[in-house]
Amino acid sequence: MMNNLVILPIFVPFICAVLCLIFRSTNAQRFLSLSGGVGATLAAGLLLQIVHQENHLVLHLGGWSAPFGIVLVADLFSSIMVLISSIMGILVTVYSLRDIDERRKKLYYFPLFNFLIMGVNGAFLTGDIFNLYVWFEVMLIASFVLLALGGERRQLEGAFKYVAINLVSSALFLAGAGLLYAKVGTLNMADIALKLSDQPDSILINSTATLFLIAFGVKAALFPFFFWLPASYHTPPTAVSAIFAGLLTKVGVYALIRSFTLFFNENFAVAQDLLLGLAALTMITGVLGAAAKYDIRKILSFHIVSQIGYMIMGLALHTSLALAATVFYIIHHIIVKTNLFLIGGIVEKLKGTGDLSKLGGLYKALPWLAVLFFIPAFSLGGIPPLSGFWAKFGLIKASLEIETYWIAGIALVVGIMTLFSMTKIWVEAFWKKEPQALLNHKTQKNLKLLYAPAIIMAAMTIYLGLFGQSVFGLAERTAEQLLNPSLYIEAVLEIEL
Amino acid sequence: MMNSIILNTTARLLLPWLLLLSLVILYRGHNLPGGGFIGGLAAASGFILYVLGPGIDKARQVLKIHPETLIGLGLLISMGSGLLGIIAGKSYMAGLWMTGFTLPLLGKVHLGTPLLFDIGVYLAVAGFTLLTLFALAEIKE
Amino acid sequence: MNTLIAIVIGALAAGGVYCLLRRSLMKLIIGIALLSQSVNLIVFSAGGLKPASPPIIESDQQILQGNYADPLPQALVLTAIVIGFGLIAFSLALIHQTYRATGHDDIQSLKNTDT
Repeated sequence: MMNNLVILPIFVPFICAVLCLIFRSTNAQRFLSLSGGVGATLAAGLLLQIVHQENHLVLHLGGWSAPFGIVLVADLFSSIMVLISSIMGILVTVYSLRDIDERRKKLYYFPLFNFLIMGVNGAFLTGDIFNLYVWFEVMLIASFVLLALGGERRQLEGAFKYVAINLVSSALFLAGAGLLYAKVGTLNMADIALKLSDQPDSILINSTATLFLIAFGVKAALFPFFFWLPASYHTPPTAVSAIFAGLLTKVGVYALIRSFTLFFNENFAVAQDLLLGLAALTMITGVLGAAAKYDIRKILSFHIVSQIGYMIMGLALHTSLALAATVFYIIHHIIVKTNLFLIGGIVEKLKGTGDLSKLGGLYKALPWLAVLFFIPAFSLGGIPPLSGFWAKFGLIKASLEIETYWIAGIALVVGIMTLFSMTKIWVEAFWKKEPQALLNHKTQKNLKLLYAPAIIMAAMTIYLGLFGQSVFGLAERTAEQLLNPSLYIEAVLEIEL
Repeated sequence: MMNSIILNTTARLLLPWLLLLSLVILYRGHNLPGGGFIGGLAAASGFILYVLGPGIDKARQVLKIHPETLIGLGLLISMGSGLLGIIAGKSYMAGLWMTGFTLPLLGKVHLGTPLLFDIGVYLAVAGFTLLTLFALAEIKE
Repeated sequence: MNTLIAIVIGALAAGGVYCLLRRSLMKLIIGIALLSQSVNLIVFSAGGLKPASPPIIESDQQILQGNYADPLPQALVLTAIVIGFGLIAFSLALIHQTYRATGHDDIQSLKNTDT
């Protein structure tokens, strides 16, 4: 049966992780991780192709029909997310081959990495609210260990904040799921949507929506719940912070978009102003935080926060164009942000520090690295014709169309300030003269492997910018699906509405 | 570690019985209280006695394979049991039963993919508990 | 019964938040544990609190008969407890390592990565 294909993007990383536990030599783990990454990407690509034709692919696990059993649902949004996260998984795996030291590899780095990808893919694919909680926990436990792996002091400090705040958010999510079950008596997301659609606006639904907003807001690093992110993302090895930066917050964004377009679609107006306000504040605080920092990875961490604001802005505008732009934004952001972290990591590997005041002269020494940095950095800032321009253009056009001028203004100003931050890194690290040679740092040899993923991602950024029409078309179809939850409900419950 | 002859001897004598008990708990778990999780814990408790009595090195010798491998095998069996459903042309994780399977002495035996799944859980839980236990026993203050 | 459970949930959550706001690492973990227990009780009571028989179909029946309890919240809460147990165990190991690295049980001493 073809719909069993939906399990593959979860199953392949899982099998890899498990085989890594059994075959513990580093070479075997490398081979398994790489082949697992390729396998998951192929499966995700196949899934997207099928969903592209058939709109929905639903797997009723164990043959239990919905809404009684757990379902896995691949619609366009989830299969796009699965594909992009699997691609990031394999590229960052390649980067980790050099970046992660032997000690961490011995401490089960590769199995944990695969479990992380499995959790992320599972969260994207599940169609059951409690199952979503379980996938969140799978992802979180793997990320907790990856963050603390190695046990350096600053890593432990960062991990502690990350763990504490995320555990509280998980508790809130579970409370929300419990209240929702008490109200509608089902856990299947399509069935919840169906049952909520003919419910009047009630206090229980609103409190559930608020609990979900806070819980997913913490995961997505939304204002004012983002403080764990800049405190922890710059502490682990680069490969770990790159995959976190690319994927983890986006799972929160995905859950927000999914729950607010599916469950709370009817009562969306209640949440709209709140979401818009939060999006604006997230953008502004993120970009201001970045302006105050003077370390590459810290600046980039704050920029994750401000970019999350754009995605939530698209959700809050809630028009077809806005959601399409959001989907495009997420794709663009995952690629660009992961790439920036990887390049920041290369700079740190070369010079032994990410502190901008100690760096300099990299353009003279390594012009290609500078070009490589230039592409994602200025894509993030929204310079045409790179991918970030089209994403921001779509969002601002959508906000002008429904005459929400203030948010368009904020988005533009934040865009300019993003550009300022990127220019700051460019000028300080690449352009200015090197202050004094860092004598005590031995440059490692054999960094070629670190460049390969960065080059591929830069190529993807350019492709999205120049030939992004097909991807944007896909995003538009995704937005149509998101705005018509009845299609999702019909596909999962196998009914006619 | 403690050096008590009584504990050493009972640990050695009890281990096989505790393992057998854990298997019984595992098997009856489909319809009655029990199952892979609790069975795995019972199996690990036999080794806890072994660590307390004869010591950690002896316990590792008796276990023969690494706890990590146990976890890996357990997870592999659990998730692999789901694949049988696909092979049978149904959904992933669909339950399949061998009906009418009988053994001498035991009578009718319920065998099926849920039991296979539970065996995986048993191994994974036992492996995880032992991994933690060995790590704790090896901490030197 | 409902009122009693509601009071227990509230008390656990209040205690949890109080511990979360303390400066000690250990108390923070206790706070998280209390909070997750209160949430577990919310999920447990989601199926309705009433005296009922276990949801097991008798061997001569085809469907459930009479007044039976909702099994789903119990399964959910069991899962949540196991996950919570794992997370608390990990957090304890983490604060143990943090304590060894920093020599403090005070959250104020963990400011190095913020700025």
